[in-house]
Amino acid sequence: MFDDRTPIYQQIAARLKQDILDGTLAEGDQVMSTNQFATYYRINPATAAKGFHQLVDEGVLYKKRGLGMYVTDGARAKLLAERRERFFSDMVDPMAAEAGLIGVPLADVVAHLEGIEERRSRM
Amino acid sequence: MSGLGVETGALTKSYGDVTALDGVDLSLEPGKIYGLLGRNGSGKSTLMSILAAFQRPDSGTVRVGGHDPYENGDVTSQIALIRESGDIPQASVRRVLGYLATLRPAWDTDYAHHLAERFGLPMRRHAQRLSRGQKAALACVIGLATRCPLTMLDEVTLGLDAPARYLFQEELLADYVEHPRTIVISTHHIAEFGDLFEEVLILDRGRLIVHDTADGLRERGVSVTGPAETVDRFAVGLHVLGEQILGGTKRITLYSHPGQDLERQARVAGLELGSLPLQDLFVHLTTGKDAQ
Repeated sequence: MFDDRTPIYQQIAARLKQDILDGTLAEGDQVMSTNQFATYYRINPATAAKGFHQLVDEGVLYKKRGLGMYVTDGARAKLLAERRERFFSDMVDPMAAEAGLIGVPLADVVAHLEGIEERRSRM
Repeated sequence: MSGLGVETGALTKSYGDVTALDGVDLSLEPGKIYGLLGRNGSGKSTLMSILAAFQRPDSGTVRVGGHDPYENGDVTSQIALIRESGDIPQASVRRVLGYLATLRPAWDTDYAHHLAERFGLPMRRHAQRLSRGQKAALACVIGLATRCPLTMLDEVTLGLDAPARYLFQEELLADYVEHPRTIVISTHHIAEFGDLFEEVLILDRGRLIVHDTADGLRERGVSVTGPAETVDRFAVGLHVLGEQILGGTKRITLYSHPGQDLERQARVAGLELGSLPLQDLFVHLTTGKDAQ
């Protein structure tokens, strides 16, 4: 379930963010308790709690005393903005570098992307 | 009850001319799950048997919950050391479990029977006639159902097959969340059990060479790959654990210090930075030139 290279708490935080982004977890939804999460995925409960607390610190989740943790209103928009901000540096720049390395003109890349957009618009 | 803490100071133990423990200073906080790792003969079993007051160290101090456990019934009744298929009375499984119920103050009979059923243990069979896997399962049942504030499990999962090991992990975590306690697990199944540990201790030839959080260790083990010369320049002053060369490319593994910003430095130098699985880091730290 988890790779054994990256700190588990970071992987937990990333997984919950993904669930919020793709709508598996909606804003206002209660998330699994850290103990449920730990038992289900067979990981240390303190480590799981650290992952959840990171999201509380980032304002993605909030705690209701004695009840559990919930997805903050506006969390999805916030995560989308974060991802969009990183999109060009994380995805596009490395692709352009690879294209340069193997001699694919950026014009070809642009043409390819336009092809994708055209097919999408016909669907 | 949320577990007993453990403190040892300069603990040593020798058997003849073999040094089993060589000045171990240890501090375990109550209520955490610790992984005790080490190669065969590194001193894990000796350490646990001293913490459980099965034997005395040659020198040094042991405190469990603030007290010396040796010949101290109030303390030892709160400590359980379960060793791989050992120490089990000669009787049927049912009688073994019944006997432990009278011996252990926090024993939970219903829970013990629930576990025995999940592991598929034959209750009427004599403990000595159990298969290796069944003996290991019985040890796991005992280890969990004693619910001791300090529970130490020495290689109890060795004879379990993979489904039974998963079952054990599931049950251990489920019970730990309900009844937090200090749990020390020694195992050679590092990749499989690594996620269960909050902190990791590594013993090497009787010395404690690592005590860190499991996640901290995952961050400290790092690999750096790139042109040999650039990698060599990068490695100056760093703790190099091992290296591999393939043509003009070199890959080194490092034991980094928290706060060293290797990621940024590697990016600037145009090198590829990867991380190291816990088990690989363990292998590097306990073999080769670093393990002297």
